Amino acid sequence: MSQKSIKQPLRLVTESWGTRVGLVLAMAGNAVGFGNFLRFPVQAVQNGGGAFIIPYLISLVILGLPLLLIEWSSGRWGGKHGHHSTPFILHSLNSKALWKYVGVFGIFCNVAIASYYCYIESWTMSYIYHSIAGTFNGLDQHQTAGFFENYLDVTTSTTGIPFEGIIFYVFCLALNTWILSKGLSGGVEKASKIGVPLLIFFGIFLAIRGITMKAGSQGAIFDGFEGLNFLWTPQFDSLTNPKVWLAAAGQIFFTLSVGMGSIQCYASYLKEKDDIAANAMSAGFMNEFVEIVLGSSIIIPISVGYLGIDRVVELTGLGGLGLAFRTMPFLFEQWGAILSAVAGAAFFGLLFFAGITSSLAMGTPVLGFMKDEFKWPRERSALAFGILVLILGLPTVFFFQQGVFDEYDYWAGTVSLVVFAMLEAILFAWFYGADKGWAEIQKGADIKIPGIFRYLIKYVTPVVLIIVFFGSLIRPVADDWSKISIRGWELHNESILGQIMHKGIGPNNTYFADTLYSENAGVVDSVFIMRKKNFVRVSPEGLNTDFSKKYRYTEEQELLVKVGDRIDVGTPIIKGEITNRLMYIDLARGILLTVFAGIALLVFIAYRKRKREKNI
Amino acid sequence: MNISAIIMMASVWTVVISLSVYFFYRIYTCPKKQEPDSYSENDDDE
Repeated sequence: MSQKSIKQPLRLVTESWGTRVGLVLAMAGNAVGFGNFLRFPVQAVQNGGGAFIIPYLISLVILGLPLLLIEWSSGRWGGKHGHHSTPFILHSLNSKALWKYVGVFGIFCNVAIASYYCYIESWTMSYIYHSIAGTFNGLDQHQTAGFFENYLDVTTSTTGIPFEGIIFYVFCLALNTWILSKGLSGGVEKASKIGVPLLIFFGIFLAIRGITMKAGSQGAIFDGFEGLNFLWTPQFDSLTNPKVWLAAAGQIFFTLSVGMGSIQCYASYLKEKDDIAANAMSAGFMNEFVEIVLGSSIIIPISVGYLGIDRVVELTGLGGLGLAFRTMPFLFEQWGAILSAVAGAAFFGLLFFAGITSSLAMGTPVLGFMKDEFKWPRERSALAFGILVLILGLPTVFFFQQGVFDEYDYWAGTVSLVVFAMLEAILFAWFYGADKGWAEIQKGADIKIPGIFRYLIKYVTPVVLIIVFFGSLIRPVADDWSKISIRGWELHNESILGQIMHKGIGPNNTYFADTLYSENAGVVDSVFIMRKKNFVRVSPEGLNTDFSKKYRYTEEQELLVKVGDRIDVGTPIIKGEITNRLMYIDLARGILLTVFAGIALLVFIAYRKRKREKNI
Repeated sequence: MNISAIIMMASVWTVVISLSVYFFYRIYTCPKKQEPDSYSENDDDE
């Protein structure tokens, strides 16, 4: 009799990992994503440079590592009971009905995040092609930034292929679907074994180039070390600012991919006596190496070398995606035709591998759920995942500029992670039982986890997560926490309550209107036609045009301002039939709520089915 | 680079690189557990 049949008597043959190194690389690949290279350095710059790293490391110890241990061990526990997705993994920890529906987050987050994550992944594929094809050669900085804006407009083609943004997106989804259909060891693990070493190799190459840049050579105006100096010079006064601590805790969520349900799913394919402690630490610290060492040594040193510190600080206001896709191709261009093609392919290649190893991890819980609950074969489940992500993702492609992408990212990729992590930490520590959980973590462990983690898991991590959640819920304007008062305070636009109330939406606060009002103050500096569309641009005085806002108008609409006009927020600028951004924002929220409710309904049906079959 | 930046960067990098290498080395060199384990690499095909 074969070993396989000994392993799984009287059960459907389940997936398994091929090798332990493969599992660790897949987990590391799940954690390493765009955020390691794009979000971490931007967060560090915006939150005190070197001082950001202190709250970041403390958050790693009190939140990140305990959550890794919680998710790995609850995943393995759920797998022991035949569950490979969070609704029933959480149910196996505590049978109260509520937890199954908390577990819905572990499928919802993956589906919703994958829908826009794969879109960014498809940009990297396109940019690899354009870097090698030399598309950016000879473009100045504004033209390179303009190229990105053209790419985001689905009706424009940069390659001659009509609707190329959608073509790349569908191709990227098809690739993800195909790999997922090959199974855990035959697809995900193989992709990780190729992707993770390659992205580290590309990262080391670019980091060495970035750090060794010399002022005066290849057009650089500063040494690469200037960027590192800027990033790592501690500003200890920022340590007293709660905003820095919230940002550090937030970064830990993104970087370790905790609070998503994918770690539990990967770990659910482990057997009871197999190690999780060393595996979790190895995957976690591999991610930290990529983030702290490589992530800090690429975009900031290179961009500071060419643009100077002030300009880079200004550009980080546009976020990491802006820096990567609007600015980096222009900077690589300074290195000459051949090296710029190599650097561009390496940079967007590492982003591609970082992205795909994460998006594969987002698909796996969906496959696990459909297989466990509805006995769907993995090929069918992978196809269903691909189609669902495509349907969900198309609004982000078509209405990117209208804010749908940002809404998905905020609610599914930010708030949901914190909520799910907080609830699963509470479940593990206070309902399943921290002592029982600690014993589960230590089962089969190849390393000794310091005993302090027992107390962190039991008390500190859940309490800190509750604080982080409530902090995000009621965050005050300008992050001035002294304004918190029993009589009320003004909310930050990005606080959860602020977002729910559409705070900061500006003067265009209805779905439809007959007048569009300016959302920024400044000077009307140009009225122009681009890609056969009419635009009027308002630029804030004293700031670079990167901070300008363009308003599109049609032939049927009337422009109410002219070049040279100084306008304020709320000044009427366009008259005619207007569909405001608010409509798209609420449309995105409606889609996300529908998806969440749909998954909850599937969980309910699956639970009823299990009850009927006396299988729970 | 100024001294405080060098100290901060060098110490954080040293800790992170050391722990990454150490844990991966442990994974790579740990003796395999007795069958049945979670990994199919050492399973018989038939």
